[in-house]
Amino acid sequence: MNRLIKFVMLDIIKNKTILGYTLLLSAFAWSIFGLEDNSTKGVLTLLNIMLLIVPLVSIIFSTIYIYNSSEFIDLMVSQPVKRNKIWISLYIGLCLAQISAFIVGVGVPLLLFVPLNIALSMMAVGCMISIIFIAIAFFASAITHDKSKGIGISIMLWLYFALLFDGIVLFILFQFADYPIEHIMVGITMLSPIDMARILILLQLDVSALLGYTGAIFNDFFGTILGALISSIVLLLWAILPFYISLRIFNKKDL
Amino acid sequence: MIKIDSISKKFGKLQVLNSTTVEFKKGECIALIGPNGCGKTTLIKSILGMVIPDSGDVLVNNTSIKNNYLYRNGIGYMPQIGRYPENMNIGQVLDMIKNIRKYENQLDEELLHSYKIKDLLNKKMRTLSGGTTQKISAVIAFLFNPDVLILDEPTAGLDPLASEILKEKILKEKNNGKLIIITSHLLSELDELVTRIVFMQEGKIKFNKNAIELKEETQMVSIAKAITHILKASINE
Repeated sequence: MNRLIKFVMLDIIKNKTILGYTLLLSAFAWSIFGLEDNSTKGVLTLLNIMLLIVPLVSIIFSTIYIYNSSEFIDLMVSQPVKRNKIWISLYIGLCLAQISAFIVGVGVPLLLFVPLNIALSMMAVGCMISIIFIAIAFFASAITHDKSKGIGISIMLWLYFALLFDGIVLFILFQFADYPIEHIMVGITMLSPIDMARILILLQLDVSALLGYTGAIFNDFFGTILGALISSIVLLLWAILPFYISLRIFNKKDL
Repeated sequence: MIKIDSISKKFGKLQVLNSTTVEFKKGECIALIGPNGCGKTTLIKSILGMVIPDSGDVLVNNTSIKNNYLYRNGIGYMPQIGRYPENMNIGQVLDMIKNIRKYENQLDEELLHSYKIKDLLNKKMRTLSGGTTQKISAVIAFLFNPDVLILDEPTAGLDPLASEILKEKILKEKNNGKLIIITSHLLSELDELVTRIVFMQEGKIKFNKNAIELKEETQMVSIAKAITHILKASINE
């Protein structure tokens, strides 16, 4: 297993995209904290940018990478290697590469400009979001053989989680404004990892005005500590489930 | 050694393998032949676990290959079209496979030398010609002294010299008592090698005969002629 992960890691590092991603993230982070002297405002700006870019890069880069690894997968499947191992090694390799890019790009300025506990939870959330969207990329590439279809599915999923989901939530909110739907809304929020991540950070920043509707309900419903705990568990599930489904599909796939 | 027990496989609506049953024994050199799309490659890929049959089972050394991968230590596979990570060079691909196989005995580098691959180690896989890629596939298939060699169209794309070298190597391994399974359309090339012919059509084994018996039955001098004789006869029926 370790050997396979090593091959994947070396291959990704040779790829210039991951370097570009690191530079992009650090350019954003340094310029935000350079221009903004209020660290809470800085964190909020960075959070919004991060929740848009990190999922996009994670999901698209991973999908393309998985399809481009089809030769590697073919070769390994005919060798005495477990199928599980091939897929899991690709996952771990991609996660490690993207997490390192994130920590180098955003982690360093965060540690310098922001109080330690918030910097750490920002980093944790960023890493979780990377892992979750890599898992979703594995799901998208497992369900179809066709590369362009797979990338299309990935883009649609990103669009859904990053933009459309909020629209749908607002729509439900206005349509059912006369009914007591608070509890249902908490459940619906859990369907979006990006919203979960946002709430997790905002709960700690103590800027309840910015929590938004679902965040406010969440805070009210669970309180700060339980809320943070539950949103972490939900995020963890988001990282595991799509990948687990993709692993099941991959094990039965004909190559 | 390898027993294929009524496996069936459908790709969409197409029935590629239709409860195919066949057994291959040690020391044999089998020619798996048949028209395009008759299921040869799918059969081979099911032995390797690359294609998972809808029903039936494959036994290698009397153990099922389901949820098993270690049996592939004893198999050398040369695919019809070798696909290798494009941004790696030949040396890296060979190192990677050696690394994964964890093979501790003496490597069989005969083909590596006779194809002079050592001079090409720094070449990227994507720059290689089809023939050179085939050579790499052959080198990898023979590298770990496997008991079973599965060669899918081995000489397609090789120049006459390279193809002669490969044939001699196959003959040598056959005399070492290994099981060799070859699929090919070039029947004339198989004449000196093959001990048994398995003919497939529409996912079924049409006939499975000893090469010498086949020649005697049809009273033909070569396998190629014997098979064309049978095919013509079956069309006339």
